[in-house]
Amino acid sequence: MRAQQNSTIFLCRSIAVPALLAFSTAVAHASLPGSIFAPHSTPAHEEHQLSIFVLWITLLIYLGVSGLLVYALVRFRARPNDDAEPPQVFGSLQIELSWTIIPILIIVVLFLGTARVLFSVQDAKKPPTALDVLVIGHQFWWEFRYPQYNVVAANELHVPTSSNSAPRPTFMKLTSADVMHSFWVPQLNGKTDLLPNRVNEMWIDPQTPGMYVGQCAQFCGPQHAKMLLRVYVDTPEDFDKWIKNQQRTQAELAAPHIAMASIPNPGNQTRGPLPPNSPATHGTVAAVSTEAPDNAVNAHNGQLVFERQACINCHAVGGTVANGRYGPDLTHLMSRDTLGAGAAANTPGNLLAWIADPNTFKPGCLMPAMHLSERQNAQITAYLLTLK
Amino acid sequence: MADQSLPAGQGIQAGHGSETALDRTSAHGTYLELVHSWIVTVDHKKLGIMYIAYALVFLLVAGAEAMLIRIQLIKPHNDFLSPYSFNRMFTMHGTTMVFLVGMPILFGFGNYLVPLMIGARDMAFPRLNAFSFWVSAFAGLLLYYSFIGGVGLSGTGSAPDIAWFAYAPLTEKAFSPGHTTDYWAIAILANGIGSIGTAINIIATVFCMRCKGMTLMRIPLLPWLYATMSFLVLVAVSPLTACQAMLLIDRYLGGHFFDTQAGGSAILWAHFFWIFGHPEVYVLVLPAFAFANEIIPVFSRKAIFGYPAMVAASVGIGFISLGVWAHHMFTIGMTSFGNAFFTLSTMLVSIPTGIKTFNWLATIWGGKVRFETPMLFSVAFLFQWVIAGLTGIMLSVSAWNWQLHNSYFVVAHFHYVLVGAIVFMIFAALYYWYPKMTGRMLDERLGKWHFWLMVIGFHVTFDTMHFPGLLGMPRQIYTYEPDRGWNSLNFIVSVGGFIQAIAILIFVYNLIHSYFRGEDAGPDPWDAWTLEWATASPPPVYNFAIEPEVASRRPLWDRKHPEDPDSAFE
Repeated sequence: MRAQQNSTIFLCRSIAVPALLAFSTAVAHASLPGSIFAPHSTPAHEEHQLSIFVLWITLLIYLGVSGLLVYALVRFRARPNDDAEPPQVFGSLQIELSWTIIPILIIVVLFLGTARVLFSVQDAKKPPTALDVLVIGHQFWWEFRYPQYNVVAANELHVPTSSNSAPRPTFMKLTSADVMHSFWVPQLNGKTDLLPNRVNEMWIDPQTPGMYVGQCAQFCGPQHAKMLLRVYVDTPEDFDKWIKNQQRTQAELAAPHIAMASIPNPGNQTRGPLPPNSPATHGTVAAVSTEAPDNAVNAHNGQLVFERQACINCHAVGGTVANGRYGPDLTHLMSRDTLGAGAAANTPGNLLAWIADPNTFKPGCLMPAMHLSERQNAQITAYLLTLK
Repeated sequence: MADQSLPAGQGIQAGHGSETALDRTSAHGTYLELVHSWIVTVDHKKLGIMYIAYALVFLLVAGAEAMLIRIQLIKPHNDFLSPYSFNRMFTMHGTTMVFLVGMPILFGFGNYLVPLMIGARDMAFPRLNAFSFWVSAFAGLLLYYSFIGGVGLSGTGSAPDIAWFAYAPLTEKAFSPGHTTDYWAIAILANGIGSIGTAINIIATVFCMRCKGMTLMRIPLLPWLYATMSFLVLVAVSPLTACQAMLLIDRYLGGHFFDTQAGGSAILWAHFFWIFGHPEVYVLVLPAFAFANEIIPVFSRKAIFGYPAMVAASVGIGFISLGVWAHHMFTIGMTSFGNAFFTLSTMLVSIPTGIKTFNWLATIWGGKVRFETPMLFSVAFLFQWVIAGLTGIMLSVSAWNWQLHNSYFVVAHFHYVLVGAIVFMIFAALYYWYPKMTGRMLDERLGKWHFWLMVIGFHVTFDTMHFPGLLGMPRQIYTYEPDRGWNSLNFIVSVGGFIQAIAILIFVYNLIHSYFRGEDAGPDPWDAWTLEWATASPPPVYNFAIEPEVASRRPLWDRKHPEDPDSAFE
């Protein structure tokens, strides 16, 4: 009786696993943003196909072995009032050889399947049309350099689509400025680690425009969790537009703003809406906002504050005296959707709160609260809001 | 009831009253004498029990840390723990479970059982044995002292927060100021010395202390696997100990082994750590196999199927496992040929492990399986081990590993190995040998509760945990974004964790309750066949009154079935 109960449970369990596998295939079609079963780039696609192949083989092995186990446990359970010992069997060379040789054959198949994808992805030749990106990991943000265009960006990687007729894959060289990180955008490729003193390589060739999310996949310190990563795949035209804008320095961009400096102060403005994912603590931001954030006078004063405080030790704004490289490049801050490597949406309110104290969003990040006055914080915000 | 046919010698049989009773009453001194007798002991049985008790205490501590982790992850953007505390919790959880729970409890069983099963009076080096235990115990206390003495910011206590594999250069002074990383490194170093001492001891015991008639091919499988595991400890723990010394040189003497800012190498640490770290998995799992090798035959009422193949497979696992470490580093930037090599070597491990699994199956086949608690845990182990092995094969597929590496899929996989296989077999072993160690049976009814809650909790937690990994959730993150589809999965994982916690508390209650109220076990409660069941429960200090002499792998079978002795077939 008891034995039967047990075997029922084990039967259930052996059904549960295939069910879970079926669930994972369902997940593939639900295409959640980080699913490895919804590939949008050749490497991710090949890894996905390989994974389905391996899943099938392992599923069959599991069904075979667990089926035998369940059968043996039910069939050979002790019956009541039967105290005699069963016949003692010590082994059988033929049987043992068979379950040595069959696994060897399975492994040969698995290994060859793996090797094909491994070499085709890892040793792919770089076409002359490829886009080069240098990815530098920092605690806890990403720096992206486009050596072909002399552009430095942060946290949000823009790449063009690549099609079979006009292939334009993105070949990345990855390194780190401090500790180990790992670049992982599941829908585009598996991960590659970023190591200090070493350059690794990986490539992607996304075919569909869109935004792909990922994050750092190697523990790198207190804010490893919020070292988020976004890849914007643009159409070639959009990408060229983006690059053109990124190539402009703020000296060129600022000219019209300085002309606007005579426009009167439009008065207080409300802070922007909270980002959809904000924890409750973000509500405290409301108390900070005083000045008119995007007022041109404030922006001008903000630039003075920015350049005379410690900000420029870490941050660069192209075309100005700010050329720090420890923190993200802010030349085109307002072209990004997020702040703090995805810790918050890039709204004026969040920006002001971030400047006042980055720990509100990202406790443990390396940017300190500068303890400036509320007025100065608002002026810096106004300045940063002009960096489009 | 003492079995008249046992080979343990007249001393035991005559004296259910005299000698065994003498042993029990000897503990009835003053409290101080009792404590003193445990502290100065060199008896392998007392040291074994101390190892196990020490590990169980840390199991509760590290389990509590796991619960804190699961509370934090129960919903996105939770602020139950700060990122700092969360990082300390998973670092301490991992380090504790591997170094202060897994290794000590398995060494404890080895200490207790190996001499008894080979008919020896004690380990080969009893004083080294005591030294190893106390060094390991010191290491554990040192690691946990960092909570008080680690001096974080603003003078509060702290703890290591560098993850259990402590990748360089995060551990360098520039990125880990303060002393918590030093506590971690020194604790691992001290623990390593203790482990190496015990490993030497087990090897010497198995190869030099066997009783008369016990040739190499008559050693029960448990001592065989412990010898293999000890060789692995010798080869694998030494580099770990060495790299802790190198790390300390970096941190205090201006060395640059791992200091990338001065030209050191981060990959060097990864190699050092994983050349320890992967064999370590087999250091932990081989004893679990060893328990299965003893328990499954007894409860199937059949001899182990294919003993020579089992020995060969275990030793084979030992050898192959030394050549697979870089499968933890498929994403670190090895060449494609490097990746291909470690893919193949890792897949090869599945051949000897497959042989073992099928031999267990064949042992059950044709038997008469009794489902008592030790066997229940062993059966669950078999199913879970197959799944753990298959997810292991998935991870060995290097091109897919680029996606799976460092995701929750990996976390689920290694918890399947460490909990589903190793912890389940540790529970099986405790239910199986507790009567030998204390003379009392563990309560079967509580055992069933423990088992079923554990199985349910385990599967709710760790089956579910694979999926956030497939959906892109990396490990070691203190919080996550709500729009990734991980929310309900993480909630289920946390709930399963709490169910397991309840199971463990029932188990702890059972351990304590049965020590005082348990049924009397007698020397051989399971009708088993190896030598430890030939002496009283608990065994007297000298183990066997006269040295046993064996003629087969199952000496007690021979005694119980003189009409059909194993010795006729070997």
